[in-house]
Amino acid sequence: MIPVLLILIPLLSGLVTFFLKDEKAAKSWSLLASVITLAVVFSGLFIYNHNNETTFDTEWLPNLGSRFSLALDGMGKMLTLLTAISFPVVFASTYKNSYKQSGSFYGLMLLTQAGLMGVFLASDALLFYFFWELALIPVYFLCSIWGGEKRIAVTFKFFIYTFIGSLLMLAGILFLYFQTADHSFAIKSLYNLHLSAKSQNTVFWLFFIAFAIKMPIFPLHTWQPDTYEQSPTAVTMILSGVMVKMGIFALIRWLIPIFPEAVANFSTVIIIFSIIGMIYASQIAIQQDDIKRLIAYSSIAHIGLMCAAIFAQNKIGLEGVMIQMFNHGINVIGLWIVADVIEQQLGTRKLSELGGLAQKAPTLAILLVVLSLANIALPLTNSFVGEFLMFIGLFQYNIWAAAIAGVSIILAAVYTLNMIQKIFYGNTVSLTDNAVDAKNNVQWILIVLVVVVIVLGVYPQPLINLTKDTVNTFFVNR
Amino acid sequence: MNKLVYLVPLFPLIGFLINGLGRKSLSKSLISIIGCASVLASFVVSVILFFDVKANGATVVDYFNFINLDSLKIAFAFQIDALSSLFLLIITGVGFLIHLYSTAYMHDEEPQHFGRYFAYLNLFIFSMLLLVMGANYVIMFIGWEGVGLCSYLLIGFWFKNDNYNYAAKKAFVMNRIGDLGFLLAVFWLIEKLGTANYADVFAHASSLSSFDVTAITILLFVGAMGKSAQIPLYTWLPDAMAGPTPVSALIHAATMVTAGIYMIARSNVLYSMSEVTMNLVSIIGLATALFAATIALKQNDIKKVLAYSTVSQLGYMFLGLGVGAYTGAVFHVMTHAFFKALLFLGAGSVIQAMHHEQDIRKMGGLKKQLPITHITFLIGCIAISGIPPFSGFFSKDEILAAAFAKNPIYWGLGVAGAAMTAFYMFRLYATTFLGTFRGTEDQQHHLHESPSAMTIPLIVLALLSVIGGFVGVPEILGGHHSLHNFLSSVLTTEVAHESAKNTEYLLMGISVAVAAIAIIFAINKFSKKPELEDATGFGKLLENKWYVDELYDSIIVKPNTAKGKFLKNIFEKNIIDAAVNGVGRMINYSSRQLRLIQSGLVSGYILFMVLAIIVMVLIWVNDGYIYKFFYNLF
Repeated sequence: MIPVLLILIPLLSGLVTFFLKDEKAAKSWSLLASVITLAVVFSGLFIYNHNNETTFDTEWLPNLGSRFSLALDGMGKMLTLLTAISFPVVFASTYKNSYKQSGSFYGLMLLTQAGLMGVFLASDALLFYFFWELALIPVYFLCSIWGGEKRIAVTFKFFIYTFIGSLLMLAGILFLYFQTADHSFAIKSLYNLHLSAKSQNTVFWLFFIAFAIKMPIFPLHTWQPDTYEQSPTAVTMILSGVMVKMGIFALIRWLIPIFPEAVANFSTVIIIFSIIGMIYASQIAIQQDDIKRLIAYSSIAHIGLMCAAIFAQNKIGLEGVMIQMFNHGINVIGLWIVADVIEQQLGTRKLSELGGLAQKAPTLAILLVVLSLANIALPLTNSFVGEFLMFIGLFQYNIWAAAIAGVSIILAAVYTLNMIQKIFYGNTVSLTDNAVDAKNNVQWILIVLVVVVIVLGVYPQPLINLTKDTVNTFFVNR
Repeated sequence: MNKLVYLVPLFPLIGFLINGLGRKSLSKSLISIIGCASVLASFVVSVILFFDVKANGATVVDYFNFINLDSLKIAFAFQIDALSSLFLLIITGVGFLIHLYSTAYMHDEEPQHFGRYFAYLNLFIFSMLLLVMGANYVIMFIGWEGVGLCSYLLIGFWFKNDNYNYAAKKAFVMNRIGDLGFLLAVFWLIEKLGTANYADVFAHASSLSSFDVTAITILLFVGAMGKSAQIPLYTWLPDAMAGPTPVSALIHAATMVTAGIYMIARSNVLYSMSEVTMNLVSIIGLATALFAATIALKQNDIKKVLAYSTVSQLGYMFLGLGVGAYTGAVFHVMTHAFFKALLFLGAGSVIQAMHHEQDIRKMGGLKKQLPITHITFLIGCIAISGIPPFSGFFSKDEILAAAFAKNPIYWGLGVAGAAMTAFYMFRLYATTFLGTFRGTEDQQHHLHESPSAMTIPLIVLALLSVIGGFVGVPEILGGHHSLHNFLSSVLTTEVAHESAKNTEYLLMGISVAVAAIAIIFAINKFSKKPELEDATGFGKLLENKWYVDELYDSIIVKPNTAKGKFLKNIFEKNIIDAAVNGVGRMINYSSRQLRLIQSGLVSGYILFMVLAIIVMVLIWVNDGYIYKFFYNLF
């Protein structure tokens, strides 16, 4: 029952939210709904974690051979947990922000959550596609209605990109469907396919491009900084904290096990592009003056490493990816919260217009410094373990791949410390003269995130244990 | 004794948490007490552990699995053996003295920043302890980056000054370059041996190919270059003098910068297996020792002289490692910790007496007003110059003797460097303490000896600088070299390099004589006529540090910035994004032509969705047709 609840709660509460005219009601209602979802995830982790409670299967479109079938494995549990944590954090930290037609805003946010949950749960390809779209469509509206000045152009770009990706993926899914003996979309049938080398090599790209756009992988990334910059920060948090994980998740669940030969053929190319993207995005991040764009490019660099580690195809690297999917979500949401606090209070995101904020907002400074240290994977923060394992994986694949990708950890230090320095250090400037520390609710949320950062940095084992089964089956299946 | 091990890092960690969280509410005296007591407590435990190791040998304590995969286990474990217990004593002992000194030196800070300072300092001690206590390379790396972070935070402690912030960032980034080397070495070990535990790595080292060993040791050495400021990654250390002076003493002289030496000494089993790496280490070490010494000859900032001197002395330690004198290098780490911490703290005392003046050209004649600082500083200078029986003599002599056995040219250059060391140190001493006062009247009025919280550490360190060498008196001077015996369980006995007794006496005599001549010359020259003008000609080159910073700036920093700007403003915008926008425009255009999309993207999207649904329905109605279509397509 757990998987169904995870989708139904946000879906139904989201639909209700559309009819809430009062802003406060919409906010508290959606915060409540998201907290309930989180509680359900926890109960699925600790209480109702038997197989029959974490899977669900019923008829859906019998004529098409598609079933409404959901399952939670380790990776699914981890990502639904991340999704469930993110939404209340986002709602609470942006509680003071106000939106026109807030009922629709929060309604769309909850629909996105339902879609995300579905993506991480579906074990039927058509169902997966359905949820993939359910997660994306609300974001178009969120960005185009509540975004910044250039929202229309930017949403258009975002739309073109993801739409092309979706179409390719749909074509790929249909192709696989026709290859199955029993005309089924079930993941097991797809895993059992024995595709010819020729079709593998073609259809692989239909899926890969769709997922690569979502992550994104260089050179398919240019929608991301623009979209992150123009979207309302609450949406940006979800986009970068959770939605990019759709792409990574899909690589592991829906791509690599189905096309083993194609993966063997193309993994080198993909790893090369991932690594180019890491260095490229880091270089650009160093030059950024806008906090949001800086974080966006930094995120592209980090995602590049995850993609490379996946295609390195070894256990250690994949375990690193698992951990890092969660940790990256936590860290990047924390960074966005700080960016939002600064923008809401001072009305700018330009590093060149900031300075000396540490004197006015010492608590915020400390919290951002810890999150930044996590962003550069300093040991005893959560991302160190993930990056460490991913780099070992990459190293086992090829020494040079690890060495060149490793340059990004130097560049990460450059742009991250630049950011801290320009926001917080130095003398105050006219803008920051009268600044004050972050509000209490935001502070507490950041403190919780920082505690998670350090706890998982010192003792990452819970995440490792949670996702171990996925890693093991991933390699057994092949 | 195993039960006590975790207490060593725990005390400073608790100190960090209390001072860090309570910095706004605690009083300065309480902060001082917590900061100092936590380090003192770990010193006491360290002493107990030290004697336990001496009596019962090494021990490894396993706490929990930091990373536990089927194929890789990395334990959070501490290894207390001769090497680490010696470092524990240095870190907590010298660390405590510097904490004590700081209580007076930093007293003018606001309580909140005073607390922040001690929190950082305690966090540094904690990280440094992890670095030396770890039982595998991963824990060492945790401490390694931890001390780098603390160094960053403390160099930029006065964060209102942007120059200091740049210095802090430079230190961190340069260290990260080295860290990448360290990490790759760890990956390499894990790839080849499946473990990063010292015990397992060294036990199975013989199964590594010689290429692997050379690559691993060179990569580790790259890490050491960053942390221990060796050519080409040394330029951050002089800039790091932006931090408060006690920080320079603790982090940038006595402890953190010697982490590279610790790491190589720890890995001596691997290093001894690679002749190539050993040569590289000795050459880089020697080159750094000489190069930094030449720069120190012409510096006028009291802390800069000491900073370049530190770089140079670290070079000597690497020379020692490279020629196989592991004990000698560790010995020099110890004596250097005493006399260099002493010199830095003495400099701090001078700087405070001079109201934050650091230019030695504006000092002079401080001997009278600062008697304790003067005498202790003089002791430090004698010790670093290698005059017997002060501590620096024994450790430096051991390194030079081993260098001679390896290659007499190493020895010759090493002695030349030692002569420069004696010269610049006594130039510094004479210009600062001898002659007449050259500062303002106001400064002269306020000249005073520092409070006892500052002079006591000076006196203790001076004492250690005098007697610290006696733990390593070589046999030809009638000693037993107890340090060597103590460390022999961890450090491989170096290659036999017994020179004839007479040769050894001769070598010693030459190096002492050369140093003595340099000292006399420097005192004579600078006590009467200090260099007050800016240098010209070759001196100018030295004063400007061979323009290495400018060189790095023009061959690395600027091209990289230009590349980044090009990627951001031209490549990303005009090529990648333009291609995407082109596709977008094309779709937009064709859509307009087809009049499919009239007023915006969302309706268009829904339309496509409808199309997709139609496709699905088609499949549902007659899948044979589409099936054939796809089949033919591929």
